Amino acid sequence: MNRSAIDLWVGVFVVAGVAALLFLALKVGNLASFSSSQMYRIDAKFANIGGLKARAPVKSAGVVVGRVADIRFDNETYEAIVSINLDYNYQFPRDTTAKILTSGILGEQYVGLEAGGDGVMLKNGDRLRLTQSAVVLENLISQFLFNKAAEGKPEAKEPAK
Amino acid sequence: MRIVDLRARLERLGSGVTTHVWRLGFASRFLAYLVLHSGTALRRFRLTIAEIYFAGVLSLIIILVSGLFVGMVLALQGYETLQRFGASESLGVLVALSLVRELGPVVAGLLFASRAGSAITAEIGLMKATEQLSAMEMMAVDPIARVVAPRFWGGVLSMPLLAALFSAMGIFGGYLVGVQLIGVDAGAFWSQMQAAVDLRNDIMNGVIKSVVFGIAVTWIAVFEGYDAPPTAEGVSRATTRTVVTSSLAILFLDFILTALMFTGGTHQ
Repeated sequence: MNRSAIDLWVGVFVVAGVAALLFLALKVGNLASFSSSQMYRIDAKFANIGGLKARAPVKSAGVVVGRVADIRFDNETYEAIVSINLDYNYQFPRDTTAKILTSGILGEQYVGLEAGGDGVMLKNGDRLRLTQSAVVLENLISQFLFNKAAEGKPEAKEPAK
Repeated sequence: MRIVDLRARLERLGSGVTTHVWRLGFASRFLAYLVLHSGTALRRFRLTIAEIYFAGVLSLIIILVSGLFVGMVLALQGYETLQRFGASESLGVLVALSLVRELGPVVAGLLFASRAGSAITAEIGLMKATEQLSAMEMMAVDPIARVVAPRFWGGVLSMPLLAALFSAMGIFGGYLVGVQLIGVDAGAFWSQMQAAVDLRNDIMNGVIKSVVFGIAVTWIAVFEGYDAPPTAEGVSRATTRTVVTSSLAILFLDFILTALMFTGGTHQ
């Protein structure tokens, strides 16, 4: 094979390889997620964060509006401090509620924001005061069993005979 | 009698270990010399381009076809398992993550070692056996700079592109089987994939893996060829050793790289 044909094929190979990399970056990965836009950070204290991880999504009305930046432990109140990066395009009132929710029954956990009615918006570095912890399945089950047991007591005498 | 036998065994073991350590040292010195003397390969880039043709372009068919079939099998197997948990929409995530993180670099590296690595070893070994390398030295041409370095850089440059093509082709194969054949929703297939695959954590780490595998495989291939005993048997043994050693090196390095990449950074 002569030289120009080799050059042509190598050129085709390199173009195809770079195109494959671009396909992976753009179509398969999420290059266009809002890492480039401006963020502001707010903190929220939770009594229990369950299985929440850093980089988990923050959603409001089901739309992703930010990501969990950092999770720390407060040594004085024995609570978890979750730092959240929110997109500047989404402004929330100061009395917004943060909840830790689960997508599906066994899905990943995320932070859900519910806007309040305050006229003042959250600023960078603010702290959310209204939070609701993650639901721990064991607590839920024990509560359910406890309630069932309490219900069952007066009826238990009837079928005993 | 027994003691003599034991002593002979110990001596054989010791000389075997010494030979391997000696060869490792020689191979490292060879790599350093090769990198320092690769000016010719980079200045006369046409030499390297010819080697990219042999190592990369001629491996395209096997890489593309294997990638397609690996992706198709992944989609079939993944669907079987995921649908039991009612999560068949996550098929795209499964196919893309396993290809980009693991299978793309590793399987492409194994195929590259057996397709291109063995050819490089056989070529350099035969050049040595027929004394072409000595003839070059007689003419004051450094055979490492003229023969070995272009093959090394050709392989190192080809491997990441081949791995990327393998992954892309595999995802296309997964799309063909998952969406076109089985009927998973196309929108969920792509959007869940895009939500789960991270550019830096998954794709960049896959590319880093393929670069490391490319360096390891081509290094082993050119060294085995250069170090081969100049006989027909020696060249054939060196070719076999290239495939075996580079496959083991790929799997070992894959474990090390995965342990470094995917356990340190992702959890909080």
